[in-house]
Amino acid sequence: MTTLTMPRRAWVEQVMGLPISIHLRGPSVRNVDVDECVQATYDELRAIDLLFSTYRPDSEVSRFNRGELALADAHPLLREVAVLCDLARRRTHGCFQSWLPNPDGGTWWDPSGVVKGWAAERAAHRLSRLAGHDVSVNAGGDIAVSPGRYDSTPWRIAVEDPDRRGPGGPPLAVVPLAAGGIATSGTSARGLHIHDPHTGRPADKVRAVTVVGPSLVWADVYATAAMVMGPAALDWLESLAEYDGLVVGPQGVQATSGLSATVTQG
Amino acid sequence: MRRIVLAFVTTVSALVMLFSYHTSTMGGGVPTTAVGTGSSTQTQSQTAPDTTTSGSAGGSGSGSGGDGTYTGDSVDTRWGPVQVQITVSGGKVTRAVAVVFPSGNRRDQEINGYALPVLAQEAVTAQSAQIDHVSGATVTSDGYVASLQSAIDQAHL
Repeated sequence: MTTLTMPRRAWVEQVMGLPISIHLRGPSVRNVDVDECVQATYDELRAIDLLFSTYRPDSEVSRFNRGELALADAHPLLREVAVLCDLARRRTHGCFQSWLPNPDGGTWWDPSGVVKGWAAERAAHRLSRLAGHDVSVNAGGDIAVSPGRYDSTPWRIAVEDPDRRGPGGPPLAVVPLAAGGIATSGTSARGLHIHDPHTGRPADKVRAVTVVGPSLVWADVYATAAMVMGPAALDWLESLAEYDGLVVGPQGVQATSGLSATVTQG
Repeated sequence: MRRIVLAFVTTVSALVMLFSYHTSTMGGGVPTTAVGTGSSTQTQSQTAPDTTTSGSAGGSGSGSGGDGTYTGDSVDTRWGPVQVQITVSGGKVTRAVAVVFPSGNRRDQEINGYALPVLAQEAVTAQSAQIDHVSGATVTSDGYVASLQSAIDQAHL
């Protein structure tokens, strides 16, 4: 059975303010245990949202920000993410920051930039327990892929052209991904929502950055950091082991060496 | 404010995806929809929507609610109140507009023109272009989901 005829199914739910879709390929996608595992995965994503949402006043993150919860007393997953946030800041020379300005003019801890990729990757790992299935999880355009044991043909991931969003628009690149993650940060969907933590100014030097590598968590973090780095992003991405990137900026579309073959537009 | 507008667009696109593959059990809680996607070489029957959903407690299993217009609750977001109205025809959302949105926003017509065609790229492309996913700038829906959901609930979709 080839990939073209491999049965596949997809689910989508709104969780964490995002459409999160789960895609499975494999001979048994219609089995009951598949449905059960998918629902358990969404259950966990909702539980993660309850812990981490900055919109829910009763989330642990909100309680932490109000000073009502010490990190030491927080849920183990919260502490895990706190460690990742700290690591993300250090690995990006401070260009990724989870302490962000809040609407009241102060700062608060907003780990959303890590949580989304981390949760999607966690979901993909959980689903990979379904023996014989390839898994991909798409959290609002950031995608985690776990290989199955039956068919590990790469998923084909189109990278959106920020100037031509929407279906049918020619992609900037098509990246084959058998395992790992791919994430895009940019200004096209949410405007200038990324700020340079060093200056507080919007990151507006490049318009979009896509990063691909073994982990969606880090692909996502590096894409955000590269937006902040602007003109220096491409060289920095090239310096990262195991990760590659695509930068859309004043010089057009530029790719690190590992991705240049995937680019379909100049 | 631009982010709000586009956030709404993506919410609608997600919703449209949900309804495009609408099954039946959206009545309670978070909508769960199973969609069948297939490659371009599959037959139509293989790419038809699945008829099963699970985990959506309170789902009625009944068909769609009545056609008409449903207005969701006003939901406060950090940028201001948002209220969403949907138009349902033949059990599908044919139109979704924000009837209340943060001030300074004059792009609703653009939203309407754009939102429905957007149609959840990943689901569409999976069936058409040998592409499984699209990676793009993050889509978010923030407070819009709540108002949309209440409109959906009223429509008993």
